Amino acid sequence: MSAAAIETAAAEQASPRRRWLRRYGLPLAGGCVILFWFAAALLAPVMSSYNPDFVDVANRLQPPTARHLLGTDALGRDVLSRVLYGSRISLIAGFSVVLVGAVFGTVLGGIAAYARGRAEELLMRLTDLVLCFPPIILAMAIAAALGIGTTNTIIAMLVVWWPKYARLARSLVLVQRSQEYVEAAHVLGFGHAHILFRQVIPNAIGPLIVMVTLDLGNAILVFAGLSFLGLGVVPPTPEWGAMVAEGRELVQQWWVATFPGLAILSVVMGFNFVGDGIRDWLDPHARRR
Amino acid sequence: MTDAQPILEVEDLRTYFFSDSGVVRAVDGVSFHVNAGETLGIVGESGSGKSITAKSVIRLIDEPGRIVSGRIAFRGRNVVTMDAARLRKFRGGEVAMVFQDPMTSLNPVLRIARQLVETMVAHGRFTKKAALRRAVDLLGRMGINAPKRAVDSYPHEFSGGMRQRVMLAMGFSNEPTLLIADEPTTALDVTIQAQILDLLRELNADFGTAIILISHDLGVIANICSRIVVMYAGEVVEEGPAESLLADPRHPYTWALLNAVPRLDRHTPGEKKLITIEGTPPDPADWPAGCRFRARCPFAIEACAEHPALTAIAPGRAARCWVTQRGGALPKVGGGATAAPAQPAAAARAGVSYAAATAASATRGEVLLDVRDVKKHFPLPKTTFFGERRVLHAVDGVDLAVFKGETVGLVGESGCGKSTLGRLIVRLHEPTAGQIAYGGVDITHADPATIRPLRRRLQMIFQDPYASLNPRMTVDEILGWPLKLHGMTQDGAETSARVRELLDVVGLSAQAAGRFPHEFSGGQRQRISIARALAVSPEFIVADEPISALDVNIQAQIINLLIDLQRRFALTYLFIAHDLAVVRHVSDRIVVLYLGKVMEVAPAAALFDMPLHPYTKSLISAAPIPDAAIERRRERVRLTGEPPSAIDVPSGCRFRTRCPIAAERCAAEMPPLAENRPGHWVACHFPGKL
Amino acid sequence: MLRYLISRVATAFAMVLLATLVIFLIANTVPGDPALAQLGDLAASNPEFVKAFRAKWGLDLPIWHRYLIFLEGLAHGDFGISIASQRPVLDDIRDFAPATIELATISFILSILIGIPLGILAAVRRDSWIDHVARFVSLIGVSAPTFWLAFIMLALFYGMMEIAPGPGRVDPIAFLPPRVTGLLLIDCVLAKDWETLNDALAHLVLPATVLAAATLGLITRTTRAAMLESLSQDYVRVARAKGLVEPHIVLGHALPNALIPVVTLGGLAYANLLTGAVMTETVFSWPGLGRYTFRSAVSVDFPAIMAITFIVAAVYIAINFLVDLSYAVLDPRAVKR
Repeated sequence: MSAAAIETAAAEQASPRRRWLRRYGLPLAGGCVILFWFAAALLAPVMSSYNPDFVDVANRLQPPTARHLLGTDALGRDVLSRVLYGSRISLIAGFSVVLVGAVFGTVLGGIAAYARGRAEELLMRLTDLVLCFPPIILAMAIAAALGIGTTNTIIAMLVVWWPKYARLARSLVLVQRSQEYVEAAHVLGFGHAHILFRQVIPNAIGPLIVMVTLDLGNAILVFAGLSFLGLGVVPPTPEWGAMVAEGRELVQQWWVATFPGLAILSVVMGFNFVGDGIRDWLDPHARRR
Repeated sequence: MTDAQPILEVEDLRTYFFSDSGVVRAVDGVSFHVNAGETLGIVGESGSGKSITAKSVIRLIDEPGRIVSGRIAFRGRNVVTMDAARLRKFRGGEVAMVFQDPMTSLNPVLRIARQLVETMVAHGRFTKKAALRRAVDLLGRMGINAPKRAVDSYPHEFSGGMRQRVMLAMGFSNEPTLLIADEPTTALDVTIQAQILDLLRELNADFGTAIILISHDLGVIANICSRIVVMYAGEVVEEGPAESLLADPRHPYTWALLNAVPRLDRHTPGEKKLITIEGTPPDPADWPAGCRFRARCPFAIEACAEHPALTAIAPGRAARCWVTQRGGALPKVGGGATAAPAQPAAAARAGVSYAAATAASATRGEVLLDVRDVKKHFPLPKTTFFGERRVLHAVDGVDLAVFKGETVGLVGESGCGKSTLGRLIVRLHEPTAGQIAYGGVDITHADPATIRPLRRRLQMIFQDPYASLNPRMTVDEILGWPLKLHGMTQDGAETSARVRELLDVVGLSAQAAGRFPHEFSGGQRQRISIARALAVSPEFIVADEPISALDVNIQAQIINLLIDLQRRFALTYLFIAHDLAVVRHVSDRIVVLYLGKVMEVAPAAALFDMPLHPYTKSLISAAPIPDAAIERRRERVRLTGEPPSAIDVPSGCRFRTRCPIAAERCAAEMPPLAENRPGHWVACHFPGKL
Repeated sequence: MLRYLISRVATAFAMVLLATLVIFLIANTVPGDPALAQLGDLAASNPEFVKAFRAKWGLDLPIWHRYLIFLEGLAHGDFGISIASQRPVLDDIRDFAPATIELATISFILSILIGIPLGILAAVRRDSWIDHVARFVSLIGVSAPTFWLAFIMLALFYGMMEIAPGPGRVDPIAFLPPRVTGLLLIDCVLAKDWETLNDALAHLVLPATVLAAATLGLITRTTRAAMLESLSQDYVRVARAKGLVEPHIVLGHALPNALIPVVTLGGLAYANLLTGAVMTETVFSWPGLGRYTFRSAVSVDFPAIMAITFIVAAVYIAINFLVDLSYAVLDPRAVKR
C-alpha cells in the first residue's frame, strides 16, 4: 500500500460528520422526541386547539381531517388534543415510578453490598421473593385492591419496581468495593458512610443512569398497559393506554387507537435511544460493539 | 543450525490501526527473519509493537487494524496475500501460537480433549480416534500428571501453569514448523515459569520447531533465545545473537533496558540508584521525526534529528542508531564483583523462638511493627446447602518484626499470603488469631475509631495503578481529602499548598492537581498513589507489589523514587513483591513466605549468598538473569509440581510436597523457624542441605 | 451433583412456601373489601347481608386461622371456591390454563427460533444490513405496547385485509374435539380433527406473533450482545490461530458460551409469557389465564387470587430451577465437585 493508499484507507473510515452522526444520531433523535413530549406535557393547553374532554357527539368518529388532524373518538373528542394531554400522566407516572424505585433500590442495594453478611443475604432473598411474582400480576392485584386511580397504580408499580435496582446497585457496589481505591480510603482512615456515598456510589452511578433511562420507557409501557386494562386512570382522564382501550373495538376507525399507541411507541423508543447513547458514552469499550 | 534456511522472512511490515481518532502506526516498518529450528526473542516494552508484529505474522489482527504494507514470507509463500483456505492451513498447521493469558485462552465450556482433538482433525492429519490418543500422549509429554484423566477435564479444573502446558500441547499437536509464544510465562509464578521455559527448550530441541518468544523480560529471553530482536516505537532498533547483544548492547534503548533492571548476580552494596531513562515511549498515532528514541536518549547527537536506518554494525548484528553506527560505544554499567564472600557462620542461639529473639534484640533500635503468630482464615462460600464450610488458610501463623528505618522485603509466589499479610498489618483485614502491635499499641482487634490516629503513621501503596485511584476524584481531592480528614491543614489555601508540595515530592508538576487519574500514565498514577500515602506524613509504608504492573524502565523510576523518599523522610518499608532481584535491591532484610508460613528470614545479602531453605534456593535459581552466557551455565534447582492449595494444606512442612530433599520427618512435623546463623532464621529440618 | 440437586430443590420449596405467605399477607392486609366488591351497592348497604357473606367465606376469622385453612387446603390440592364464579378455583384454572399454555409456548418457540439465529447473524456480521434489521426488530419488539400491537395486527389483517380470522381460539361455529389435555392443538390431533386444527392454528397466528414480539426482541438483543462478548474472548482468537473454519468457531466455540445468559433470560421470558398474556388475551378474546386473573383481581376474588399467585410463583421458581439445572449442563464451572 502506498502512502496515498494509506491516506484513502484512513479517509474511508467515514468522514467526521458521518462518524458523528453514527455515534450521536440516534441518541439525539431520541432526545428530540422526548423533548417534544416534555413540551407537549407543559404546553398542552397552548398546543391543542380543543379541550381534551370536550364531548361533541355530532362529530363522533371523524377520520383525520384538517379540523381534527388525528380524527375524533367515539364521543367526538379531538384525538390530537387527548394525545398531547395524555403525555402528562405518562411522563409523571414513568418518572415517579422509576426515580423513587431507583433511589430506594440503590440505597438499599448499596448498603447491603457494602455491609455484606446477614443484611445482604436478607435483602437478596427479599428481592428474589418479589421478583418471582410477575410484575403485571402483582401490580394488578395491588391496584385492584387499593382501588383504581393514578396514585394507587404508581404505588403498585413501585412495589415491584425497586428490586431490580437493589440488585444492580448491589452488583455494582460489590465490584467497586473490592477495588484498591476503596482499600486505600480505609487505610487513610475514612469512615464507612464517606466511602460508600462519596467514593463508591459515584463510581457505580453510570450504569444506574443508563438503566434508569432505558427503564423510563419500560415504566411508561407498563403504566399504559395497566391503564389499558382499566386499572390506571379514572375516565375521562386522557391517557394513552386507556385511549387504546377505548378504541380497540373500532377496527374500522383505526385512528382512535393507533395514534395514542404511536405516542407510547415513540416515547419508549426515545428513551431507548438516549439510554443506549449514554451507555456508549460512558463505556467506550461498548461503543465498538 | 547456523547455515539453516530462513523459514520466515518479514520485510518492512506495517500494521496500522484506523481508529476514529486517527491512524495508529503500531508496527511501522519491521523486518526480521527466523531460521529453521531457531529460537528468536522479540523484546520491548508495552506499546513497542511486538505483540502486533507476532499477530501480523499469522494475520490475526482485529478490526480496525490492517496490514497496510510489507511482505511476510513463510517458506517463500507470502502470508499477507494468502486466501482464506490457505491461511487456515497455515495457521495451526504450520505455525502455532501460544498467548499470554492461559486462563482465558482455553474455552471454559469445552473439555480439554475436544479442544485438542479439533485442532488435529481440522488439519486432516489425524482421525478423531488417533487424535485423541495423541492428545493423551502430548499432555503426558508436556508434563501433565494422569493425562488420561486430564483430557476429560474442563479448563477451570487446571491451574495457570497447567493450562499453559495444555496450550503448548495444542500448539505442538500438528508439529508446526514455527511456534509463536506471546509472553507465555508473564502470568505465571517464577518457579512455574522456569518449568515452562525448560519445556519450551526441550520441545525446540526434540521437535526442531523454531520458536519466536515475545517478552518484556530480558531474563526470560536470555534463558532460551539464541538471537534477539529489540523493538521500540513500532520499529526494530537492534538485532543480534543473544550473548553478544546482552553483553554489549549497541542501541541506547537496549542499553537502558538492561540497566534499568536490578540483577540478582550483580549487586553493589550501598548503590541503590538504578539507571533510568527519562520520560515515556512516544505516541504511536504520532511518531516523532528523526530517531524515535532521541527524546529519551542520554547519548543523542545532532545526527539523531534524522531517522536512522537499521544497519549492520558487526557480523550478525545490526542497530538503528547513529552513535553506534559511527563506532561510538555505550558505557559499561555494573558488571562488577558478583557474590560477596559469605559471612562466617556463627553459632546460633539454640532454642530461642524468632518472636522472643526479636523482642529481646535491642541492637537494631525500635521495633515499629511486631506481628506474632498471626493467622487469617477466609471461610469459603458454601457450595451446597448441606456442605460443610471450607476454609482458606491465607496466612497461617506468621511472626514478623520490622525495625524503624529498615526495609523488609516480603517475597513469595502468588497465593503465599503476602498480600493478605500486608492487609492485616494495615488492618484492612482483621486477624483470625495472633497479635499485631504497632508502635507498642495492640491493634489486632482495634475498632476503626481506635485505629484512625494510627492511620497517620501507617500507610499503604497498592499494586494496580489503575484501580488504586478513584476515577471520579481529581488529584487535588485524592490528596486533599485525607489532609482535611486528619485535620492536618486548616483551610483550603493551606491544603492546596500542601498538595502542590506533595506533587513536587513525587516528581509531578503542580498542574496535575486539577486532573483526573485517567489523564496520567501508569507510572504517573503510581506517583500519585505514593503521594497519597505520603499525604498524612506516615513513618511506615506497606508497599504491595508497587511496581509489578509497570514497564521495566518505569519500574526503575519508581524504585528510585521510593529509595529517595525513604532517605528524605526516614521511612520504614514493608516491600511486598514477587521479583527477587527487585526485592534484593531495595531490602535490608527479606522474609520468604510459602503457603501462609515464613520459610526463611535473613539480611538481604546473606539470603542470596547462602540461602538455607530449599524453597529460597529454588526461587533464586528459577529467577532468570538477562545474560545469555550466565543463563546457559547456571546450575538450577528444578521444582516439580505446583504449590498445593491453601484450602487443604499438607501436613508437617508445607513445602515437602515439592521439596527435592524432603524426608519422612518433614511430613510429620512442621519445622520451627529457628536461628541458624545470627539474624538468619530458617524453618527447615535440613537447612542448607540442598 | 446429587447434593447440589437436593439442596436446590429444598431451596425452591422453601421459596414457594414463603411466597404463599407473602401473597396471603398482601391479600389480607390490603384495604379492598371483597364483600363490597361482590355484593353490589344495594346489598352492601345492608349490614346483615355483608355479615352473612363474610361468615360464608370465612372472612370473619383471624388472619392466621385463615392462613392455616389455606395451607391445609393447599396440602390437599384444594384452593377453595372462587367467590366470583362459585366454582372450585382449581376447576376454573383447569379450564383457562391450557389456552394460555398453548399460546405462550407457541410464542416462545417462535421467538427462540427466530431470535437466536438472528442474534448470532447480527453479531457475526456486525454493522451489516442484517445487524440493522435485527436491531430494528428488537427495538420495535421491546418498545411497542403489546396491546397496541395486538390492535394494529387485528385491524390490519382481520379488519382491513381480511386474511386472518377474528378474535377467539376457534371459529364460534367450529366443532370442538373431545377435551383430553385441554390444549386444543393436541386434542385436535388426538381426535384427528384436521379441520378444527387448521382453524385453531389460523387463530393462533396473530396472537402468537404479537405475544412473541417483545420476547423476540429481548432474545435477539441478548444473543447479539452475548455473542459479541464471547467472540471477543481470547479463546476465539486461539481457535482462529488453530486454523479452524469460521462456522465452527462461531457455533462450536462462541455460541456455547453465549448461550449461558440467553438461557437465563429465556427462562424468565417464558415465565413472563405464561403469566403476562393478559393484554394479548384481552384484545384477542382469548379464554386464558390472563383474563381470568384480571377478572379475579378486579372483583377481589381472594381464593382465586391466592391460587393464581401461588401457581405463578411456583411456575417462576420451577423455571428458575430448570435454568439453574441447565447451567450445570452449559457451564461446567457452575457445579464444583
